[in-house]
Amino acid sequence: MNAHPITEFELHAYVDDALTPESQAAVEAHLARHPDDAERVAAYRAQKQALKALFRPVLDEPIPESLHALTVQPIKAPAGRGGWSAGGLWQRLAAGVMIAALGGVGGWLAHGQFSVRDGSLARIVPLSHQAAVAHVVYSPDVRRPVEIGADQEEALVKWLSKRLGTPIKPPKLGGLGYELVGGRLLPGNSGPVAQFMYHDGSGQRMTLYVTTEGTEKRDTGFRFAREGPVNVFYWVDGKFGYALSAGIDKGELAKVATAVYDQLDQK
Amino acid sequence: MDSRAILAELPRLRRYARAMLGDRAAADDLVQDTLERAWSRLAQWRPGSDLRAWLFGIMHNLRVDQLRRGGLPSTSLDEDAVADVAVRATQSDLLEVMDLETALRQLPDEQREILLLVAQEEMSYADIAALLGIPIGTVMSRLSRGRERLRLVMDGRQPSANLRVVR
Repeated sequence: MNAHPITEFELHAYVDDALTPESQAAVEAHLARHPDDAERVAAYRAQKQALKALFRPVLDEPIPESLHALTVQPIKAPAGRGGWSAGGLWQRLAAGVMIAALGGVGGWLAHGQFSVRDGSLARIVPLSHQAAVAHVVYSPDVRRPVEIGADQEEALVKWLSKRLGTPIKPPKLGGLGYELVGGRLLPGNSGPVAQFMYHDGSGQRMTLYVTTEGTEKRDTGFRFAREGPVNVFYWVDGKFGYALSAGIDKGELAKVATAVYDQLDQK
Repeated sequence: MDSRAILAELPRLRRYARAMLGDRAAADDLVQDTLERAWSRLAQWRPGSDLRAWLFGIMHNLRVDQLRRGGLPSTSLDEDAVADVAVRATQSDLLEVMDLETALRQLPDEQREILLLVAQEEMSYADIAALLGIPIGTVMSRLSRGRERLRLVMDGRQPSANLRVVR
């Protein structure tokens, strides 16, 4: 029963529930025999709870305007090297996401003033709707969600690149918990477009719609549209228009869209 | 680094800064400096990585810089000088939560920050070690010393050693 002496560190790890079940049991056995240590551990526990509660009210305070303003990159952006400099790129991204946030769930500005829901932005890049429809059509498909699966990714990339007439490949989103399911070719307004499908561990599906139609080198920041149950982030970058669609929370989708944007831009 | 994600971290950054510095205005200044530095170091941000850890790390480094320059008041006590801790006399009818905050101020910075990261931010020891750029053993020893010191300070005031928060 005295397998090994309990260290001070183990007592603290016990307080923080950071022990394996075996070590936890060993500490508990130790505490049962050493009331002094047991008393100390109880005090640390209470202390931890009290510290946790102490500044909790700060979480509910309104964010000061000076800090709110800094959620977008300050205009005097440093490190501009022209072209795709990090500053310029992120500034556009941040601005785009900000626009999205304005119309959003937590929108703190009046919706009437800055409505992105009335389609005024969507009309400039009517991509979001196409993408959302394609998402709704194919993502629920259990047996044939894609034409070519991720197990033949190379063939998929080759085929879609050939059909779109320019190299494209699916971004890797494994770091965010989304694995490639595969992809398919779809008809756009006047020619072929591509759709890549991803899913997460729970089976939640997400599609990335890639088109070369109507982009005309008119880069845009992120835009957001809600098409029924589907949230869409879309943007134009170079000769491609992209739309990322999923039935997930906008913040989560924005995170993935940011990663997609970043990867595709690094080519 | 997108606006919504940053906005989502602001309450925690403010809370941590407040807990570390005590003063509201100084805390918000620190958060502001943190955001400004984050934007200026955007090239170092890896999309998809942990935004909270990155921002907390920046805040920590700023705080270290400020302390080094002597720009902020600090309680720089020798880590082992438990016996020298001065227990400020306060009225006995103060709420215990007030006592705890006062006691927290008695801790050296490097112990206070770890107590707060563990209790308030519920970070793992490994995450804290990575955040602060110190070995995990150092995290443990500071945690251990900090907790014990806080307990003694509280005990010195209140022999019952009752830390429970009222309300």
